[in-house]
Amino acid sequence: MHIVVCVKQVPDTKIIKINPKTNTLDRRSAPAILNPYDAHAVQEAVKLKQALGQGKISVLSMGPPQATEVIKKSIEIGADEGYLISDRAFAGADTLATSYALSKALEKIAAKHPIDIVICGKHAIDGDTGQVGPGIARRMDIPPITNVIEVTKFDKENRIILVKRKLTNGYEELEVQLPCLLTVEKEINQIAYSPLPNMIRAARYKPNIWSVGDLEAVDKAQLGLKGSPTVVGKMFTPPKLDGGKLLEGAVDEQVKQLIEVLSERKELLNVK
Amino acid sequence: MSEKFDVIVVGAGPAGTACAYLCAKSGLKVLQIERGEYPGSKNVMGGVLYRKQTEEIIPEFWNDAPLERPIVEQRFWMMDKESTVTFGYKGLEWAKEPYNNFTVLRAPFDRWFAQKGVEQGVLLINETVVTECIVENDKVVGVKTDRPDGEILADVVVLADGVNSLLAQQLGFRKELKPDEVALSVMEVINLPKEKINDRFNLEDNQGCTIEIFGDSTKGNLGTAFLYTNKDSLNIGVGTTLSSMMNAKLKPYDLLDYLKNHPMVAPLLAGGESVEYLAHLIPEGGFHSVPKVAGHGVVVVGDAAQLVNAIHREGSNMAMASGKMAAEAIIKAKERQDFSEASLNKYREALYESFILKDLEKYKDAAHTFEHHPQYFNDYVPMLNQAMSKFFTVDGTPKREKQKQIVKGFTGEKGTLNVIKDLYRAWKAVK
Repeated sequence: MHIVVCVKQVPDTKIIKINPKTNTLDRRSAPAILNPYDAHAVQEAVKLKQALGQGKISVLSMGPPQATEVIKKSIEIGADEGYLISDRAFAGADTLATSYALSKALEKIAAKHPIDIVICGKHAIDGDTGQVGPGIARRMDIPPITNVIEVTKFDKENRIILVKRKLTNGYEELEVQLPCLLTVEKEINQIAYSPLPNMIRAARYKPNIWSVGDLEAVDKAQLGLKGSPTVVGKMFTPPKLDGGKLLEGAVDEQVKQLIEVLSERKELLNVK
Repeated sequence: MSEKFDVIVVGAGPAGTACAYLCAKSGLKVLQIERGEYPGSKNVMGGVLYRKQTEEIIPEFWNDAPLERPIVEQRFWMMDKESTVTFGYKGLEWAKEPYNNFTVLRAPFDRWFAQKGVEQGVLLINETVVTECIVENDKVVGVKTDRPDGEILADVVVLADGVNSLLAQQLGFRKELKPDEVALSVMEVINLPKEKINDRFNLEDNQGCTIEIFGDSTKGNLGTAFLYTNKDSLNIGVGTTLSSMMNAKLKPYDLLDYLKNHPMVAPLLAGGESVEYLAHLIPEGGFHSVPKVAGHGVVVVGDAAQLVNAIHREGSNMAMASGKMAAEAIIKAKERQDFSEASLNKYREALYESFILKDLEKYKDAAHTFEHHPQYFNDYVPMLNQAMSKFFTVDGTPKREKQKQIVKGFTGEKGTLNVIKDLYRAWKAVK
């Protein structure tokens, strides 16, 4: 069983600042971290490998040389191998060009060791698009199963897995034939505290770094800025919402106040 | 337990990293374990890095390290409520190579320094807490961490785990720190545009200034405050011994607030944006508090060994120098394959023969003297201010008459004999 997890290095958006002039993220203001959803993706691969009692986990990332850090982080969580595609030709890629580049790298990985499952995070916290996972699946011609919250069954014999997908009002359960691609939600697992041997292995680990020249049959026109049809029209920080009003007093008193508010401001009752 | 290292270094501050760096450079297999997210993320100091001891580990580090400003001026303020007596030295020989010392921010500097170690082959792991030393037959043979499968072995364990070194305490090398052995220091980093810093402190772009503030900066308690210039921020902080703080019922953040709003200080900070608030214990017990620093398979370095000279606010240099001496002893021990206490005692000997323990010995009674005789900060600093005010105020009094009044101002209430006693005591404590 070969599971490949796609991971991305992102600025920690919990603490990042926004440049008020350009409305873009000031990437220097926040440390780079492993995209939290991707950490859960790696953890799920580790869980599946442990449940099966065998298998191999590879992680793949695209980014500048510093992105080796997130591969090392993935090794800490329990991945076996890591690959980074890093080249100026990839720079400025949107989700279309990114999924193309990653699928080319996956082809190369698969040539050595066929891939059974690709796992991605639901989305990256810096872009929130959630398009790269499905994009890869489409290019590899395998089913994309998004927003997975649980892998309930793994039928190794018939190469079938049973998964739960999160929907707006509940979940659906799907039976999926391998190979397939999953994108995972955070609630799929808890990140385990990595064992010390993993930490030592990660500190020592040197990821495989590939440039464009290392990939086979690449159409350079589909890479980087050139291969990215996305145009950012405008960026802005949404206005802050007005704070609410807290009703206080005894319950009866609060109910009375609430009715008053609602009768005055009928627009609050219009559910859109 | 699978792997065994030559050396495990616990902690990635200046002492631990200096030791790890030099051990790895000489070919030893080194594992360095840091509890923070990255080296420097939990480390705090006022901000002076000393050239000499850093250079002995990484020559010409100033070409590469994330430094703030080379310090060209050191000022000392004896501050009263609405006045200050100031003296200092500014020399432009400190503005060029090889420099004297630098202001730094610890988070970037420690991270850079640890990375230098990694380049020498140190295996660095973060976010891991060493919970205890593994002891077999009275010999330290490794450490236990808070991680699953968390035990790991080594010939020598270097305890560079900071002022509170629980590990040295567990081994019985030292007792729990007493409130008069540590200072509690709080500081803020305040962003201020470079041009404003240059104007206010009379500096050029690549020049820095340090101000040590005594007297009212601690409301007369045993301690000091500091104000250091970074590239485009200031470090301001204040610390007193924990015991003074307890006795005077001072809250450290109130003291820092008091300092920031002091009329002598506030104009220097005006318009700045406070971006970081840090607090840390500083080992100030000096000579008498230095614990056992070498045992079977273990050495203690830096703050963990209480190596701070509070009078001269030196610490990071002692940390690095002790890390270096420990590394040299470990490298020799490795050649002999003898990691016994007798073998590692070479480190202890080196430490006691060096400036570190000599300086700590020189001041061994200083803190004690000043703590038990609060008049130095409480009385003499205001008296000095009054004397200077009197001397420089032009009011038609003949100068000889003024001098008489000033002497009287010092001896009047206390009596000449007591003043002489105080002077003698202070001189004895720091001679």
